[in-house]
Amino acid sequence: MNLRFEAVVADRGVDVTLDVADGETLAVLGPNGAGKSTLLEVAAGLLRPDRGRVTLDDRELTAPGTFVPTHDRRIAMLAQDPLLFPHLTVLENVAFGPRSRGAGRRDAHAAARHWLGEVGAADLADRRPGQVSGGQAQRVALARALAADPVLLLLDEPMAALDVAVLPALRQTLRRVLAGRTVVLVTHDVLDALLLADRVVVLEGGRVVEAGPTAAVLERPRSAFAARIAGLNLVSGSWRDGAVGGVRGIPVGPEPASGAPAVAVFRPSAVSVFREAPGGSPRNSLPVTVTDLEPRGDQVRIRADHLAADVTVQSAAELDLAPGTPVVFAVKASEVAVYGT
Amino acid sequence: MIPRWLYAPAAVGAAFVLLPLVAIAARVEWTDLFDLVTSQASKDALWLSLRTSAIATLLCLLFGTPMAVVLARTSFPGQGVVRSLVLLPLVLPPVVGGIALLYTFGRRGLLGHELDVLGLQVAFSTTAVVLAQTFVAMPFLVVSIEGALRTAGQRYEVAAASLGARPTTVFRRVTLPLVLPGLVSGAVLAFARSLGEFGATITFAGSLQGVTRTLPLEIYQLRETDVDAAVALSLVLVVVAVLVIGLARQGRSAA
Repeated sequence: MNLRFEAVVADRGVDVTLDVADGETLAVLGPNGAGKSTLLEVAAGLLRPDRGRVTLDDRELTAPGTFVPTHDRRIAMLAQDPLLFPHLTVLENVAFGPRSRGAGRRDAHAAARHWLGEVGAADLADRRPGQVSGGQAQRVALARALAADPVLLLLDEPMAALDVAVLPALRQTLRRVLAGRTVVLVTHDVLDALLLADRVVVLEGGRVVEAGPTAAVLERPRSAFAARIAGLNLVSGSWRDGAVGGVRGIPVGPEPASGAPAVAVFRPSAVSVFREAPGGSPRNSLPVTVTDLEPRGDQVRIRADHLAADVTVQSAAELDLAPGTPVVFAVKASEVAVYGT
Repeated sequence: MIPRWLYAPAAVGAAFVLLPLVAIAARVEWTDLFDLVTSQASKDALWLSLRTSAIATLLCLLFGTPMAVVLARTSFPGQGVVRSLVLLPLVLPPVVGGIALLYTFGRRGLLGHELDVLGLQVAFSTTAVVLAQTFVAMPFLVVSIEGALRTAGQRYEVAAASLGARPTTVFRRVTLPLVLPGLVSGAVLAFARSLGEFGATITFAGSLQGVTRTLPLEIYQLRETDVDAAVALSLVLVVVAVLVIGLARQGRSAA
């Protein structure tokens, strides 16, 4: 199924247009309050937008004069909280969708067993939701959503509340069962986007600020949020005299026109850190103030204003850094990629 | 940690509530107890009380549950006012409730003429007993279920709808089971309140043996003519009340 989505929700400042192709998984990234939940609520029929249209293939779900109720949309949701019905067994939970669509008890139970098997939770069938772990409950919730035979699956940070130890296995399961389905996956985890999504959109302030294939967006982010989750430094501004916002760099792809909006992107590992600006250096010198230090293996990540630098533990010790220390970030122009936005 | 001096007023309060019960137990003629509570008039009153209270509880469930759902799950203009008015019988003196019912369903009441045309005589009948009990007990049920609905939240209902369940299916298979403990304890409280109802009943239904004279009315009647019987029947109501509280507690701890 092919989803076409456009919605304006004025009091939440949301104005989003996006498409999901048949069989595609779209990751929706963005900071808190960017409008991700609003997007899901509109798609699921829990919220009527002020203006907009939600279409699955040729079926209009939300449109002027049309509002298909949630239970008739065939859109299943999986949220952070598994929300298994506490009064039903795991098997009855998974059978809930088929039974609601009119299947008999026997057929519904057979479908439920099938989907429990698909997510590797067949042995939990007779338990109560209170008797399974968080990771198991989320597997059951996934089976329950799939058993409802949805044409579109909405996943709202499905792994955000889980223990990190269970994440890799659950990601594998999701990767397998989501293949070939039309899915919208809201996440703040770059790994989810990389492993599960074909394409990403980045929401900021209720607007789509970036969209594209996952790898391309993470490699060449155009928004501060995408750069942050890709672990890259990003300076935005306009392209003038070989620099963006005072940062000289090398254009990749077509050179932006002078004065056109552009971003300069560089890796934290390309940054050298000094207490005082090195004299006579051809490098970009960015005076910043240290906000945070964070150990990363044999490196230390120094966060300063909106930028980050990775240095060895020894250099960090020699520099004697602490939050509040003024430093200079230096980066060679050849390490800075510039492209228009 | 609580300040130690709080124990003194707490003990006085507890004694004030418990002593009268002890006093009843002390006053009961234990040897004649069985005969006293099995006289024809007592049996009539007890049977009438149980029957009418059960029907009243059923009516409360039938109309109170939907009322609680509407109050908890929807919003409409004036909802706050409606909620307050629905809860009015909680604070209204029962005798006032009885008068209000009389002028609603009585012969010269608001609906009296219509009921007359239909050949129905409500006031001073067993039906009136049930109506009086339903009137005073309804708020207990509504408050209890509305609270349970708000605590349960709507997230499970949304999940159920996204799985394709129609509103009626969601209500039957998700909402009701989730609030079942609140429903049970609300029903138990409503039953207890019906069983103890006195003021509205005597005003609206009168006190006719076997027809409208429930257990509390019987006790009131006997209080001057046969004190021993009044005390014995009071003990019966105390026992029923203790059982009810036990049931309600169990319903709540199951939640």
